[in-house]
Amino acid sequence: MAIPIQRVTFDRTLLLVMPAALFMMLLFIYPFLYGLLLSLNPPEGDWLDNYQKFFTTDNLWPTIWTTLRLAVPVTLINVGLALPIAFKMRVHTRYQRWITTILVVPVSLGTVLIAEGMLTYFGPKGWLVQTIQFLHLYEGSIRLTHNFWGVLISLVISGFPFCFLLILSYITGIDPALARAAATLGAGRADQFRQIYLPLLAPGLAICFCLAFVQSFSVFPSAVLLGAPAGPTRVISIAAYEAAFEQYDYSLASAIAMIMGFVQLLIVAAVLGLRNLFYRGPAMGGKG
Amino acid sequence: MSTVSQPVVPTPRKPIPRIAGRAIERAWLDRVWSGFLWGVMLLFLLNIGAIIAAVATSSFARRWLGTWLPDGWTTNWYLAAWKEFQLGSVLWVTTEIVGAVVLIALVLGVPAAYTLARRDFPGKRFLMLLFLLPLMVPPITYGIPLATVLYKLRLAGTMNGVILANLIPAVPFVILVMTPFIEQIDRNIESAARVFGASTLQMFRHVLVPLLGPGILAASLLVLVRTIALFELTFLTAGPDSQTLVVALYYAVFAAGVRAPQSVDAMAMIYMVVTLVWLLIAMRFVDPTQLVSRVKEHPQRA
Repeated sequence: MAIPIQRVTFDRTLLLVMPAALFMMLLFIYPFLYGLLLSLNPPEGDWLDNYQKFFTTDNLWPTIWTTLRLAVPVTLINVGLALPIAFKMRVHTRYQRWITTILVVPVSLGTVLIAEGMLTYFGPKGWLVQTIQFLHLYEGSIRLTHNFWGVLISLVISGFPFCFLLILSYITGIDPALARAAATLGAGRADQFRQIYLPLLAPGLAICFCLAFVQSFSVFPSAVLLGAPAGPTRVISIAAYEAAFEQYDYSLASAIAMIMGFVQLLIVAAVLGLRNLFYRGPAMGGKG
Repeated sequence: MSTVSQPVVPTPRKPIPRIAGRAIERAWLDRVWSGFLWGVMLLFLLNIGAIIAAVATSSFARRWLGTWLPDGWTTNWYLAAWKEFQLGSVLWVTTEIVGAVVLIALVLGVPAAYTLARRDFPGKRFLMLLFLLPLMVPPITYGIPLATVLYKLRLAGTMNGVILANLIPAVPFVILVMTPFIEQIDRNIESAARVFGASTLQMFRHVLVPLLGPGILAASLLVLVRTIALFELTFLTAGPDSQTLVVALYYAVFAAGVRAPQSVDAMAMIYMVVTLVWLLIAMRFVDPTQLVSRVKEHPQRA
């Protein structure tokens, strides 16, 4: 296969990657560094003043926990639900395509429609409460909007389809011959899943977890529309937005953005580190 | 146990019932688990259906206060929303921005994906990281510094600024989606084109782009759907004349006050239909199960 020609001259194909690389440097790396410098140059005070302010102000530092308390369960629910359902949908049946399409529809809803719908449907006079009272299932009051649960539910609705699609594409990328070989040796479906699919899926699951986590970690519109943005769902992006566009303190806002990015990268690093504990190798059996 | 008519070889009978018992138990567990999963899916879809139905009902309702169904039906809210929120111009702006983002992202992303899929070179890992990072950090993180830079350059609040901001996740996304499509193409075809003296540009135009058609279509449709739905970056960089539909919708709810909720619902329905149409078109051309990795289709016998 190897072509015995030594390339001494510069490979001009490499030029093709340049525009995109340059673009990312200019519009991603440069603003990032600019923001970092800006955050270290507060209008008054020491160079670390913004960070000190963040970690000592009572309505700023708890936003980290508020965000994590929301983002971690949402991501776990999304990945945890998507995994078994995608596993079930992996074999080609008549329904597979249909169910996949239906499960993906919520992607198109948009935060506002989900918010409006939930406010109407879960509202004090909404269909859910009316149904439950009609059936005499539960007589107390149910509050699923303008609090933690409202944001959680809306994030699950908008995040699940994405996780499902991603995991489904990873699962269908695993050669079914491997599982069939295991079945020949007497492995049941649960064993096949634990011994064959799960280790091979580990990298995909790690990526899916990270991407789903980003989505729920940066929650902004639904925390405002469905949560209680002054209290229990005052997430970190709200704090950053307020600093930038209500107090016009871009320096502090950049500092909050940096902290947010740092926490995010910590989680990503932890997940990828966990993933390294699993098997590494090809997901294709035989001839590959 | 033993009958008189069959005094033949004593077959080892004992283990059989145990295995059968375990198999039955297993099958039973499988059924319970499968039923549970169907239940979860049904519950999920039922509630989402109800949420959509609630918005749809409200957008056609004359007056709807705490009853099962509204008093009467009307389509006036759609007309009102169209006029009140200047939906005509918002939709036009959205189309322009999304179109520009898709085009530029393809022009930048496809060649880059080609190089990354085909060549090994020093610094490749760094470039991969550079292209993955924007997808791995929340948009607000780089959106706020980016907005400050764009304000300094007087680009924020204009269409160009919004397009630039939306390109940051779009270009890496195109690269990510295109790379497996490019890896599928046989290198020998390119070599043949080279042998006949095609320049890189000619090879791209006459060989790669036609072969990559489905991949390019998939990438552009996915970027399109994502850009329509991307809220944060547009929200941070848009001015009054450069709002896309999502941002306009958010402002309509956030600054609701005097407006009737029904007209917001009508607008949300318009948004849903716009995205849904594109999404369904995308799903026709892209099998979502083949996005990340290619599968060899095995004959299913099970």
